[in-house]
Amino acid sequence: MIKVLHPGFFNTIQDKGRVGFAEFGVPISGAMDSFSADLANHILNNSLENALLEITFGGCSLQFLENTIICISGADFSAMLNDIKVSLNTQVEIRKNDVLTFGKRIFGSYAYLAVTGGFQSEIKLKSRSFFKNITTNYTLKRGDYLSFLPIHSSKISTNTSVKISKEHFNSKEISCLKGPEFDELSDFQKEELFQKTFTISNEISRIGYKLNELFENNLPPILTSAVLPGTIQLTPSGKLIVLMRDCQVTGGYPRILKLTENGINQFAQKTTNDIFALKKTFNMF
Amino acid sequence: MYQLQYKPFGEKAILIEWPATISELILDDILIFKSKIIAHKKSCIIDIIVGYHSLTVVFNFHFINYTDELSILKSIYNSDIKSAKKVRHLWEIPVCYDDEFGLDLEEISMKKNLSKEAIIQLHSQPIYSVFFIGFLPGFLYLGGLDSQLFMDRKSNPRLQIDQGSLGIGGKQTGIYPLNSPGGWNIIGKSPLLFFDAKREKPCFAISKDFIKFIPISKEEFYEIQGKVHNESYQISKKSIYD
Repeated sequence: MIKVLHPGFFNTIQDKGRVGFAEFGVPISGAMDSFSADLANHILNNSLENALLEITFGGCSLQFLENTIICISGADFSAMLNDIKVSLNTQVEIRKNDVLTFGKRIFGSYAYLAVTGGFQSEIKLKSRSFFKNITTNYTLKRGDYLSFLPIHSSKISTNTSVKISKEHFNSKEISCLKGPEFDELSDFQKEELFQKTFTISNEISRIGYKLNELFENNLPPILTSAVLPGTIQLTPSGKLIVLMRDCQVTGGYPRILKLTENGINQFAQKTTNDIFALKKTFNMF
Repeated sequence: MYQLQYKPFGEKAILIEWPATISELILDDILIFKSKIIAHKKSCIIDIIVGYHSLTVVFNFHFINYTDELSILKSIYNSDIKSAKKVRHLWEIPVCYDDEFGLDLEEISMKKNLSKEAIIQLHSQPIYSVFFIGFLPGFLYLGGLDSQLFMDRKSNPRLQIDQGSLGIGGKQTGIYPLNSPGGWNIIGKSPLLFFDAKREKPCFAISKDFIKFIPISKEEFYEIQGKVHNESYQISKKSIYD
């Protein structure tokens, strides 16, 4: 079990999300950067379905009440185990009463803490992913306890350290595909989308990231239809909204682009004021 | 049979579109196609999302050969697999239109020059069709609002609308299934739960079901709310066979 000493900014349990409940209007959820989450589970030889703790922007402190083995992947928030710096992307042995602290942000937005066997929080609609009105808790609170399975062997494997290209965190280009309404844009607008750079606004959440730049357009609204994580919506006022993992299942704004799965993972690690360009991975005309 | 448009929607979803109008005939065709797809290729499809004129089919793998998946879907649409007839339900939803809950009844009454009684009458008389669920978990997109009650969304949305609140937004009427911010004009409140994550099927109504609103008093509202809380309330429903 883990005791939450300091809950941090917005930390949640996440797994692969609620797949198959779209007909009830239930968002998919799941780890914002599923690449980093999968990596942490891989390194522990966990199933990729195992639930992890998603840590947003650091600033949280956790005490382990039993021995286990963990792995931290994704963003670097200067994790310290007691007073010692913890390496990312490798197995780390934990002893009872150890305190793990996430502090200053070095890079990225979301870090993943995996424990051997995965966190055992409540399952609602086939997933442990926190979501308001679905799970009892929707963010970590001070004094919460997070349970996990006991380990069979405390032997850690020191050769499962993985080097991750920084490109995943600082890539200036986010790859995307055509969205369903892309072809309603003019040829000029299509070109412009891939020539401009965009800035992430301060309105960001697990639901979506709004961009600062306005993209002038006269696309009509659409009849309510599906949206998926990674969909880029264009509002009549020219706002671009990149939908993320907790997005609604349907929407009414034109869906001009769709980030690739890799694009979503890389975009998730960006934050307010970051500048990026969209990179097309399709033939335009 | 409609002329359908197929578009890739990311690396593992296909969007299928019908002519862009809101119609029950189109909804029927969408739902028949949906059940054929489920019958035909259940294991590799993880979600099928219904919209007014669209179906989005989400696969559990990234496409290696998109055109293959496309031609399979097209042949499923043209196949005459008979999907099992589904029983549809007409759900009777108790609603209290008292001023305590109908926060915007007064305003609508003034703007539309209709008495509150007339508004309640116009709103509770029709049988509404459930098109699909979206926007929020358990939010039913309903068709059938009387045009006399069309009312633009409020220019200043409320920060919180209680779950169960019944609203009018433009040409649509609907129930907020959860506490949420919102810009619809609120005319009443239902004591029922429209989304319950504890249940395997978290919503009682599904696409193609029908909804009828039954006006109730404040006393009845609290009585039913108590029963819903104790899980002893049975929603009144009628079965309808195609």
